[in-house]
Amino acid sequence: MNGNLSVLGRAMRTGQARLGLVLLSVVGFVVLFGHFLMPYAPDTIVGQPLADPDGSFLLGTDILGRDVLSRLLDGGLTLSWMAVLAAGLGVFLGCLVGLTAAYRGGAVDAVLMRAMDVLLSFPEIIFVLLFVSMLGRSTLLTSVLVGIAFMPGVSRVLRGAALPVVASEYVLWARANGLPPRQVLLREVLPGVTSPLMVETGMRLVWAVAAIASLSYLGFGIAPPAADWGLMVGENQDGLSVAPLPVLAPITLILMMALGGNLVAESVARTVGRTEGKR
Amino acid sequence: MSSLMTRVSVPRGGLSFSWLVRRLLLGVFVLLLVSVLLFLVTQALPGDVARIILGKDATAEQVADLRQQLGLDRSLVVQYWHWLTGVLTGEMGSSLQNGEPVVDIIGPRMLDSFALGLISLVLILPIAVVVGVFSAHQRDSAWDKAFVAVSSLFTALPAFVVGMLLIALFATSVLGVLPGVSNIPPGDMPWWHPAELVLPVTTLTLMGVMYLGRLVRASFIDAMNSEYVQMATLKGLSGRRILFRHALPNAVAASLPAASLVAAVTITGVVVVEYVYSYPGLGTAVVSAVNSHDLPVLQACILVLATAYYVFNLLADILSAMGRSR
Repeated sequence: MNGNLSVLGRAMRTGQARLGLVLLSVVGFVVLFGHFLMPYAPDTIVGQPLADPDGSFLLGTDILGRDVLSRLLDGGLTLSWMAVLAAGLGVFLGCLVGLTAAYRGGAVDAVLMRAMDVLLSFPEIIFVLLFVSMLGRSTLLTSVLVGIAFMPGVSRVLRGAALPVVASEYVLWARANGLPPRQVLLREVLPGVTSPLMVETGMRLVWAVAAIASLSYLGFGIAPPAADWGLMVGENQDGLSVAPLPVLAPITLILMMALGGNLVAESVARTVGRTEGKR
Repeated sequence: MSSLMTRVSVPRGGLSFSWLVRRLLLGVFVLLLVSVLLFLVTQALPGDVARIILGKDATAEQVADLRQQLGLDRSLVVQYWHWLTGVLTGEMGSSLQNGEPVVDIIGPRMLDSFALGLISLVLILPIAVVVGVFSAHQRDSAWDKAFVAVSSLFTALPAFVVGMLLIALFATSVLGVLPGVSNIPPGDMPWWHPAELVLPVTTLTLMGVMYLGRLVRASFIDAMNSEYVQMATLKGLSGRRILFRHALPNAVAASLPAASLVAAVTITGVVVVEYVYSYPGLGTAVVSAVNSHDLPVLQACILVLATAYYVFNLLADILSAMGRSR
């Protein structure tokens, strides 16, 4: 475990990761403290629609006449928790399925992985839309569905990483000594796959931000009139030629979040790759 | 975009015809399971479909009538069989929104979506190879570093952000040279309106080139470092000959599985991109069918998109297995 923390530490010392962390901290500040800094209530109409920025509305107003800055400061929290929940759930479920398949082998392995094949043949967004159309829309449901859509991809990677660990002597020893499967998986197999697990978690977080933002842009995230960056882009698209800020401001923050996350995730992946290569 | 996943089925003793047949049969089986899942979710989920369609205010009598009309009172197996044979023979019922046959709604939209996807793919593949090889050739130059940085940004960006930035740049007051809304009148072929196609195609092409170009770059660097290329250099073959006769074919072959994954992602990427530009394809149809609970249209669109996605994934599987057996 210590070795993995040092990998993480080494990854963070690269210039690329530092730039990523700076971007993420700026966005994180807006997400966490924005709510307390808003000049107006984010969902009330306070001025003319699509007004230019001036002293009272620093970023102008949106297509309904709400303050863009307030909506921007309020609109990151939903996206953030939804993405974290989706990625966390996807990695957890994928880990469960992948490790079980690798450990049990045989028929269990075959059935689990064929089931993952079926799930994998639905593109993420289509999968979510299919269930949302039947169960109704809610933020919790959407993030759970994105998590389930991530499960097959994660399970394939982790199954592949766990196969050599399961075949290793110390795991065979633990199994021969009659340790219950749950303990073998948790204590012996899981520590052997932490590196791919870290890489998967990082990448899935970045993809979850993209997926959740896209879904709220399409109108399947949080319900209006609440504020959300993806939703703001969708709402104000028709006013783009008159007032670009209501669209470009949330896009800038989504961009910073995605780029920052990707820089960190990629440098973790690269450091892990280099370390594993030396072993 | 999803990563190039390590596939499970590796042929043991090289690639044989019977392995290919078994892989394809398994593919058909998986597609059948996909249709079962799609059917179960749309017909058998808790909550009455008829109730969902009619809304809360409908009387019990109206609900019962619609249930009978949709065949919901028959057993699930019978319903599934009826639905599947209908899909295979092109009898997919009619839209609940306006009573039009689903085939008439889906047909032209399928053409529009696949035209968009295919035009983008035709552009993505050669551009990705050229950009990737050039970048690998000029490794660590300013161009190469810029390409790696930009492509890393693009793999993290949602498609609608790219699309919206293109609209802001080319379709509003900044340049204002292209239409930001791709309205293609019903009955027209999409390629009769080239100006309307430019921005959606550019969005998909940019996303695809950035992803695939980077993989081509990596596999070209691998190919140039491989023993046979070093051997060719030692034998004194010219740099150009090594490049075009030895390194390039191998790098391209190594990127083929990734290319079919890009194809799969592009076919489904049309969903969001179509919505950004209000392009009348399967993607916009799915979104509006979800919003209006138009189940027959939703089922048909999703089945078409999932099948196309799966077929390209299967192709990626087969190509990467062939690559490994060589």
